[in-house]
Amino acid sequence: MNAIEVTDLALAYGELKAVDGVSFEVGEGEFFGILGPNGAGKTTTLEMIEGLRKPDSGTVTLLGSSPWPRNQALLPRVGVQLQASAFFERLTAREQIHTFAAMYGVARARGDEWLERVGLTEKAAVRAEKLSGGQAQRLAIACALVHDPEVVFLDEPTAALDPQARRNLWDLLSGLNDDGRTVILTTHYMDEAEILCDRVAIMDRGRILELGSPAELVRGLDAPVRISITNADLTMQEAAAISGVDEAAEEAGDLVLTTRQPSEVLTFLANGKLLDGLRVRAATLEDVFLDVTGREYRA
Amino acid sequence: MKAFNAIAVAVLKGFIRDRASVFFAIIFPLMFLVLFGGIFNNTEQSPIETKTIGDISLVDNLPKPAREAFDDSFDVTDEVDERERDAAIEEVRKGDLDLVLEQRGDTLVAHYTKTDQVKSATIQGILQAFVDGTNVAVTGEPPKFTFEGEGVEDDSLQMIDFVTPGLLGWAIAMSAAFGAAATLNGWRQSKLLRRIQLSPVPAHTVVGARIVATILIALVQTAIFLGIGTAGFGLTLTGSWWMSVPLVMCGTLCFMAIGLLSGAVAKTTEGAVNMANFLVLPMAFLSGSFFPLDGAPGWLQGLSKALPLRHLNDGMLDVMVRGEGPGAALLPMLILLAFATVLTAIAARLFRWETI
Repeated sequence: MNAIEVTDLALAYGELKAVDGVSFEVGEGEFFGILGPNGAGKTTTLEMIEGLRKPDSGTVTLLGSSPWPRNQALLPRVGVQLQASAFFERLTAREQIHTFAAMYGVARARGDEWLERVGLTEKAAVRAEKLSGGQAQRLAIACALVHDPEVVFLDEPTAALDPQARRNLWDLLSGLNDDGRTVILTTHYMDEAEILCDRVAIMDRGRILELGSPAELVRGLDAPVRISITNADLTMQEAAAISGVDEAAEEAGDLVLTTRQPSEVLTFLANGKLLDGLRVRAATLEDVFLDVTGREYRA
Repeated sequence: MKAFNAIAVAVLKGFIRDRASVFFAIIFPLMFLVLFGGIFNNTEQSPIETKTIGDISLVDNLPKPAREAFDDSFDVTDEVDERERDAAIEEVRKGDLDLVLEQRGDTLVAHYTKTDQVKSATIQGILQAFVDGTNVAVTGEPPKFTFEGEGVEDDSLQMIDFVTPGLLGWAIAMSAAFGAAATLNGWRQSKLLRRIQLSPVPAHTVVGARIVATILIALVQTAIFLGIGTAGFGLTLTGSWWMSVPLVMCGTLCFMAIGLLSGAVAKTTEGAVNMANFLVLPMAFLSGSFFPLDGAPGWLQGLSKALPLRHLNDGMLDVMVRGEGPGAALLPMLILLAFATVLTAIAARLFRWETI
């Protein structure tokens, strides 16, 4: 059975079609990502699945029932972390999670366990306002999971974090579906989606443009591999003549070869002992993303 | 119940740890209480500072009870002789001394300032009474008429009795309105409201916990006000003062509703608190929280009757210091609850989940 089924979901704010006919399914225990730029409709989609908003049209089935109107039987099975830091004012980290534990009717000890798991035991007596961005996100995630929900929604958990804090959080996030929990995450970082998600929906302007596992999406792009080496001996003509090379160019003193047959080209280079400064860059989800959403800058 | 307690405790902790809230809910109104109660409440006459010149046989020979009465009224700081007479009168002129007393033969002469009319009348009256009394005494005849005073309890209240209920009403109005306004907007902005909506806690539990927390704060305010008023400034509570407890609860609900309205209309927490302030502060003036409205023109009296704080203040005055029975609080309570219902309904209509 699927944890989530979404069919033809649509919601408009006045003229703006925030979500425009979105359909997908999330299997039980799956780590599902919705990837897209700001304003793509990710959060609105999530809010309709959570039951915070009534869709204009389309249906949502969450754990077998409808989340709208507010479904009291469903809520204890679901955990949410919202974009902003939704905490009680002037309470410490421990008091926050104890309050949330009480709201879900679970023991305080469970809150302490989750503080430990997200690495906040040392910060337990610090008020939520005084936590760093990464610590606050960890606390929000702990508060979302304190009642051990079957499905957990994480809305841009790593937005506005520095690279260390983001990678640090990935370690925590990647373990969340280990015990069969379904995780749905929105993000605008491709690397994050690629590393964490089993499947990714690429969303823009209220629509899903691509849906699949990161590997499938990249493969589907059929993008060439870029091989760059420190240019020592080869002339541009020689390089272009290597079997399998589509294009040869010089970039910042390096020779860059574009190819769809990387093994052939790499074998040639290895035989000629030309591998100094070798870097190989395959297509990533970012390339898929830029390919489907276009490259023009949007603030 | 667990969720109810947890939310109420969370709100109370949030309040106690917010220095600004505590200051405006408790310390700030108390400053006014101390100001009004301590400074303006000083209606007791200070003793009349007196210097006597030479011997005053008339006073010295007063019978014992009369002599004691004299000493109660006049504080003889110095007995000087004839040569210092001009210097002493000069002191009266400068206001450093209230009275210079001397006896010329059978005439008692008083030099006193006329600036303080109450004091000068007192001096004249008391001295005249002593002279008259002595005149009767020297005839040897028993006095034909006697005087007996019987004080009547009147409606005019001591300053402290008047200001305590009014300032308390204002304090409760402020903390309830600011608290509700700031919570609604703060929780909406931080998405805590959404977060709670996605927890299995029913809405009435959240609202109930918030109300109970605010009522507890209001009751603590009441206890502090009545405690300091009675212990420090001679506030005298009358019979059914305990009716102020349900009255305070109804007032809290009413002003929470005003706070909700501000919170629903304003876009930011600061805006919400400012709007609550904008509603409550003028209302406090117009409802007689700071001074009696007895002298105000009729239209102003009428206007003030349309304000909930006026009814809270009147009800508190009636049961706390005017000695009215418990029933006197019922109508104000009903009016406050009616305001609370209507304002909450309006706030619910105006409320938007999104601030943009």
